[in-house]
Amino acid sequence: MSGRITDHPVLGKLPETRFVTFSFNNQEYEGAEGDSIAAALLANGIRTLRYHEESGSPRGIYCNIGHCFECRVTVDGEPGVRACLTPVKEGMTVESSGKLPSPVRDWRPEND
Amino acid sequence: MTDVIVIGAGPAGLSAAAVAAEKGLNVLVIDEYMKPGGRLLGQLYEEPDGSWWNGIEESAKLFNRAAEAGVTIKLQTPVNNIETTADGIWSVYTEEETFVTRHLLIATGAAEAPVPVPGWTLPGVMSVGAAQVMTNVHRVKPGNRGVIIGINVLSAAIAMELKLAGVEVASLSLPGKNSMTEESADPRKVLNSLLHVSHMAPSPLVRFGSRFLQNDIMKKLGVSFFPKNGVKMWDIPVQLRKAVIEIYGENEVEGVVMANVTSDGEVIKGTEERITADFVCIAGGLYPLAELAAVAGCPFYLIDELGGYVPLHNEQMETTLKGLYVAGNITGIEGAKVAAAQGTTAGLTIARNSGIHGLVKEIQLAIQSIKQTRDNASIQFHPEVKKGREIIQEKWEEHARALEGTGSEVTSEAEAGG
Ligand SMILES: Cc1cc2nc3c(=O)[nH]c(=O)nc-3n(C[C@H](O)[C@H](O)[C@H](O)COP(=O)(O)OP(=O)(O)OC[C@H]3O[C@@H](n4cnc5c(N)ncnc54)[C@H](O)[C@@H]3O)c2cc1C
Ligand code: FES
Repeated sequence: MSGRITDHPVLGKLPETRFVTFSFNNQEYEGAEGDSIAAALLANGIRTLRYHEESGSPRGIYCNIGHCFECRVTVDGEPGVRACLTPVKEGMTVESSGKLPSPVRDWRPEND
Repeated sequence: MTDVIVIGAGPAGLSAAAVAAEKGLNVLVIDEYMKPGGRLLGQLYEEPDGSWWNGIEESAKLFNRAAEAGVTIKLQTPVNNIETTADGIWSVYTEEETFVTRHLLIATGAAEAPVPVPGWTLPGVMSVGAAQVMTNVHRVKPGNRGVIIGINVLSAAIAMELKLAGVEVASLSLPGKNSMTEESADPRKVLNSLLHVSHMAPSPLVRFGSRFLQNDIMKKLGVSFFPKNGVKMWDIPVQLRKAVIEIYGENEVEGVVMANVTSDGEVIKGTEERITADFVCIAGGLYPLAELAAVAGCPFYLIDELGGYVPLHNEQMETTLKGLYVAGNITGIEGAKVAAAQGTTAGLTIARNSGIHGLVKEIQLAIQSIKQTRDNASIQFHPEVKKGREIIQEKWEEHARALEGTGSEVTSEAEAGG
């Protein structure tokens, strides 16, 4: 599992921070204040942030600095927010955007 | 209206903002990231004199200086577009507000080029810079055991940073050869480029490689004799004769398939092996992030020695468009100290162009200081960067001569109607 680097030989000890509670796909997690959503989730062992709109394949961060938009999630109802650029806040609701509904209705019974 | 707007709070943007504000201008810096410092934040390496270059501390110094000079810094604000209007005023568009100024500096830095390796969209695959930021800025491990694909100065530096933070790096190796990876998949070219980077090159590689540096045939021998299991750098195997041909995993990264390659980088069939890892970094190299200069209408040149397409600019950091300036990695890929020196020059030029007198000497010194900083740089992304700088300067002079020929003083004056 990934985790926080609390002691670093050059950067020193992790500064004391307040922890905030946020939710991701209806589960509650703790994040350090100032963490990006992506970092807070990774510290909780979560890499998969969304599922590709067409293929449904899982996706996580790629660039971590706002360039690639691979990390887009829905934050407090607003879609397309970059998880790597957005700090976690107390009470924030984060959701994976999922595979978009197929424009052609699939009539197979298992899809009912 | 703000006297000066700077897009990008990296070392170039913050240095420019501080200097311009110290000269009495009011300055607004806009950046989309959560913290000021840009890509300097994640940097951490040992200088040749044994001291540590700590990006977080350096960023704080630059930020404090700018703040003390009265610079306003607006974070978490992406700039979507810029545009000049007929009266020589620049509009800077963000989602919520539009800002206007007569002097606009674009200091948006660099981005990392991707290297498509089969499986690269799996969660757990990230750019090498992503792992750097996760580790040094957020202080969260990108994983427990990683493989780095792509051997270059940046990936070597970041491999060491990961190790320092207690993250295991199982291997630094080449990407499998395909039409997209030509150069970075060729062991000879990679060895050659690493041997040219002064102090930064992983020293065992240098020791090994320099014996074979004399001529091309020897270089090829160097790669041929390169130990199959690599040489170790800070205990991390550097594998010039192995390439990652696939990243595998059900829903997340579980490992990579690696194979031996010939000295030309061709995969040797039957040598494939699986290496487990919970994250993979892709190091495709850096290129200038210059979209905003492109939408503004700057002419561009492809200069490989500078890392890609760069907007035409002069030594004072002016572009061909009136009131538009560039500084930092948007003008070519170099280290943070060079970016900061370029920012200082841009800040002074802007002050002079705003009507502040007596800066001519100071600007000359600032330009000198960029060159000195470049000469002393402990990290150099392209061995021929100086040649790249000469090319862009020649292009600028050509441009200036062409304008003289048409009798117009500055195109931008005409275009901007000023
Ligand atoms: C991932 C990565 C890792 C690097 N690691 C190293 C290293 O270890 N050592 C080293 O010497 N060099 C490294 N570099 C090179 C680095 O670019 C320079 O060292 C230096 O940081 C360049 O400074 P700058 O001010 O030009 O740009 P940056 O430091 O990149 O700052 C640019 C700023 O502009 C902001 N920005 C960009 N576009 C917009 C927009 N549209 N709207 C608002 N804000 C925007 C960004 O958020 C960023 O904060 C790295 C570069 C990258 C991309
Ligand atoms: S990971 Fe690339 S934009 Fe967030």
